[in-house]
Amino acid sequence: MNRVVLILAGLLTVAMPLSLLAGQVWLDPFATPVPQAGVILLELRLPRAALALVLGGGLGAAGAAMQGYLRNPLADPGLFGIAPMAALGAVLSFHAGYQAQAVLLPLFALLGGAAGMALLALIAGKAGGITLFTLAGMMLASLAGALTSLAISLSPNPFALSEIVTWLMGALENRGWPDVWLALPATAAGLLLLHRAARALDALSLGEAAAISLGVDPVRLLWLMIGGVGLIVGSGVAVAGVIGFVGLMVPHLLRPFTSKLPSATLVPSALAGALLLLLADCLCRIAPLASGELRLGVALSLIGAPFFLYLLLRLRRELV
Amino acid sequence: MLEARDIHLAGRLAGVSACIAPGQLTAICGPNGAGKSTLLAALAGLVAPQDGKVLLHDQPLAALPRQVRARTLGYLPQQASVAWDLSVRTLVALGRLPYASGAAEDARAVATALSTMMLEELAERPVSTLSGGELARAHLARVLAGEPRWILADEPLAGLDLAHQTSLLAHLRDLADGGQAVVLVMHDLAAAMNWADRVIVLHCGRVVADDAPDVALAGDVLAAVWQVKAEWMGQPGARALGLRRQT
Repeated sequence: MNRVVLILAGLLTVAMPLSLLAGQVWLDPFATPVPQAGVILLELRLPRAALALVLGGGLGAAGAAMQGYLRNPLADPGLFGIAPMAALGAVLSFHAGYQAQAVLLPLFALLGGAAGMALLALIAGKAGGITLFTLAGMMLASLAGALTSLAISLSPNPFALSEIVTWLMGALENRGWPDVWLALPATAAGLLLLHRAARALDALSLGEAAAISLGVDPVRLLWLMIGGVGLIVGSGVAVAGVIGFVGLMVPHLLRPFTSKLPSATLVPSALAGALLLLLADCLCRIAPLASGELRLGVALSLIGAPFFLYLLLRLRRELV
Repeated sequence: MLEARDIHLAGRLAGVSACIAPGQLTAICGPNGAGKSTLLAALAGLVAPQDGKVLLHDQPLAALPRQVRARTLGYLPQQASVAWDLSVRTLVALGRLPYASGAAEDARAVATALSTMMLEELAERPVSTLSGGELARAHLARVLAGEPRWILADEPLAGLDLAHQTSLLAHLRDLADGGQAVVLVMHDLAAAMNWADRVIVLHCGRVVADDAPDVALAGDVLAAVWQVKAEWMGQPGARALGLRRQT
């Protein structure tokens, strides 16, 4: 256990209970109890916080693994094309009608994600080459994006249209325990796969040829990556829509505090991703907005993009 | 013995046989595109030949478990690079990945590799702050940390100045004298002449010469393979290549 992990774990232990108090109704433990406080806490806030931890942790780790795999600090789990494919599946479910949609959405999203994983494996799985794999992923992402736009433009009615667009922004609003039970096992399984890829990702720091000479099986590594990132991103999109930026930003921020090896960034990125999503979701709950809540995906981009720009500017000054 | 037996790879190797012995420094030389790097990668088990086989102690290399192969054969790629700004120690420790021998054993091997390459004082420095010569030594130390019996390096001298080339060659020479097998792809024929025990000359995917340096790199071979008129000057061990101007 190193210091970064301990600090992040400590912050999470403090932030988690505090986050439960924040929202449209503030729960003050020292004031007279709010009516229905128990229900708000157990049925609304707790599953939501749990989901933020699961998704944030998964996305943070998936981002760290992707950056290691592509040997590029700008890589993002979304590059794989699995998130857009899952989003496409989810959008298609809006065409199934209002009644069926609630049940079908996560199922369709998971199917979309699985289809994306299968296509990637089919195209690049035998050779295990990283370039082919990246190209296949980007092709898949742009195809899924185009099909999603098509599905939106063909949307059955204006209500469905607005729902699709809102959903695509990503949110944890009104999520409950069933969503947690869907995302938790898939994310846990994905994290396990990424953990098993960690040593191979370290070897990949030296390039593909040196990694193979160190005993890395490139095909096995590719399958671990597709499985691990696919499970995490696919199940994440299934329950919360598209949440960007966590996978890109978190490993980048954490790397300077580690040995910089992919395996060393994996756990801190998972913890920091969980913390970031938990805090961002709190912000969404308390931000005053006429039409309900601020969307989580929007909030993250609003925080993330300027912060990232600031980092880049600082980096540029160091380089000059 | 590490042995390539009549290996073919479309467009790159056309029936190459070569036998590498421990305790020797073997140089693989040849013009650009002769198949040097491909032969080295095949010997390291990184590319599978389409025909023929690579044998390690008469066992097919391809049948060897990956971990065993990785512990036995150390490979240094051409223009070795590091994706992240690791410390030298972390970089060198990557050479221990094929092992599950425990932290103490790993630390000992890393320390030995660092001291062999005279990198102890640079151990905690980020690789981005190293000079080209220091980085080349760090990469070689990474290979040494894996304690391989066979060291296969693809142009480890490229981009180094004369002093660093010489010191790296001296290190490699020591390793060969210590009983390891060292195989180098190299362009500097004078360095091959002066430092190698044996030179394999490749041309268009075939072995043209495979002998002691003064035989394998004799004037007629240079004329046939590199199409240069040249003659060796100086004493054995300190030879220089005199090129005649082409008219």
